[in-house]
Amino acid sequence: MTTDTQSLAARSTTVPAKARPLWHKRKAVRSYIGRTVAFVLAAAGAISFVAPFVWAVSTSLKTPAQVFVFPPEWIPNPVQFSNYPDALTEIPFGRFFLNSTIITGTCLIGSVLTSILVAYGFARIEFPGRDVLFMILLGTMMLPAQVTMIPVFIIFRILDWIDTFYPLIVPSYFGSAFYIFLLRQFFLTIPLDLEDAARIDGAGRVQFLWRILVPLSGPAIATVAVFSFMANWQDFFMPLIYLNSKEKLTLPLGLRMFRDEYGGAQWELMMAAVVVTTLPSLILFFVAQRYFISGIVMTGMKG
Amino acid sequence: MTSSKKQDTIQGYLFISPWLLGLILLQIGPMLLSLYMSLNIWDLFRPPTFVGLGNYKSLFQDELFWTSLANSAIYVTGRVPLVLLLSLFVAVLLNQRIPFRNFLRTAYYLPSVTPQIAMLMLWIMMFEPDWGLINWSLGLIGIDPGPRWLASLKWAKPALILVSAWGIGGTMVIFLAGLQGVPKQLYEAAELDGANTLKKMWHVTLPMISPVIFFNLVMSVISSFQMFTKAFVMTAGGPGYATLMYVLYLYNQAFMWFKMGYGSAMAWVLFALLFGFTVIMFKRSAWVYYESKA
Repeated sequence: MTTDTQSLAARSTTVPAKARPLWHKRKAVRSYIGRTVAFVLAAAGAISFVAPFVWAVSTSLKTPAQVFVFPPEWIPNPVQFSNYPDALTEIPFGRFFLNSTIITGTCLIGSVLTSILVAYGFARIEFPGRDVLFMILLGTMMLPAQVTMIPVFIIFRILDWIDTFYPLIVPSYFGSAFYIFLLRQFFLTIPLDLEDAARIDGAGRVQFLWRILVPLSGPAIATVAVFSFMANWQDFFMPLIYLNSKEKLTLPLGLRMFRDEYGGAQWELMMAAVVVTTLPSLILFFVAQRYFISGIVMTGMKG
Repeated sequence: MTSSKKQDTIQGYLFISPWLLGLILLQIGPMLLSLYMSLNIWDLFRPPTFVGLGNYKSLFQDELFWTSLANSAIYVTGRVPLVLLLSLFVAVLLNQRIPFRNFLRTAYYLPSVTPQIAMLMLWIMMFEPDWGLINWSLGLIGIDPGPRWLASLKWAKPALILVSAWGIGGTMVIFLAGLQGVPKQLYEAAELDGANTLKKMWHVTLPMISPVIFFNLVMSVISSFQMFTKAFVMTAGGPGYATLMYVLYLYNQAFMWFKMGYGSAMAWVLFALLFGFTVIMFKRSAWVYYESKA
């Protein structure tokens, strides 16, 4: 900001020499006030964005009687850590956690591997019909899921896959349009010469892909992995229509079941379960923050 | 040369074959099936009966269809401006050189990382009328007693809209990327012309990021109209039918009452509506400024 104003002041010859310092100072003061106001507003908003988290953690450590105290108490006294083991055992949240992990993990492997293969095909090989098919791929991203969900449900029912993990896992092994798009854009940025050199050295396409392209595409693959994890870890709708038995439920369904069974009671256990469900996502976010951001910015570039 | 081209074709199709197979088995096939199913009455247990456009006809006579459509329309008109204005405002604030900028950005983005269902459970608690944080905060500014929120015919829909304010993170990040792409020289030129902060915002920032605004607008309208989980979990469509959203009604028809044909007809009406909205938004997008065209 200071360099900007200096260069401006130097360029604007109309300002008389005497007035320049004053004008300069007034501008600096104005921008300082502006930034202070911006900071105060942003900080106040941020507090209201973080407060619900704090309240959730605080409630998860309260005794049942403390939960309903009004006005709310932010620091529980006494701190009841036993809500966590209780929540994990009373309703089988441990089991739900395991189910969610299995589904999220196998989906992640499937969507990453398949999307890499398909993206490579679209990015690096010329074949008739490729560009039309890629347009169709982009088009499928705009198709509302509701149009296909009923027939797909019926197909899986005919296969006798209801109340199994297959309907949740198998589709990710066909690749996902958004991940394919994201990886293709990245593959396009890697110089073709590299591939030619590898081919001259006798490497096939598959070898080039795994030995050279994949190791070079770490950031893009990490973005896809992060998105796949987030999507499957929090997915509610698919497990809702496909899973019935209690021992097969995922964490999101388990949370809802807990609420239906206990109504408005036992909020401390509920919040402990909420914290446990949220923790893996938060940890992933803090470890891999830049991949979240780059992926979202890529979504914006689609348009 | 021709043999290597042939080889390329074979290899190309081999590489994309998983997606191509998925396209046929999980998208095109089901779409055709869904179109045909929408012309039948089918409850999964007895064989389907062909009724032509019968499902569509009864749909337009179904009072709850119109209720759910109106509810979704209200939700969209409330949520889209709220999310767009708020996320743009926060993005502009966080684009200034203010202290703790990265820390603040993280704070705003954090709710968007939270698994949706965990967030909804937390917000059910937030909306508790007697001891929840929302009515407590309202009490602090003198509104006491606060509304009954999720249990109130009048306030349930606004409550669902309000929850969205907490999830502006993704939209905000896209806006931030747009703001960072505005060339600095434009602001310097505007300053030379004597523009103040508001004028710079109106004449430089908004036109320059209008493609981003347009993108966020289209995506936000589409996703708001498809809202399901929030209403299903927080209110189950109630009280009464106050929060019976279109997709929730579709779910009830198809997966609670197993009216597969009726549900499919609803899905195609939804598709037509979303397609129509998108076309209209594109036709009315003369306000969007594309640098490459100018």
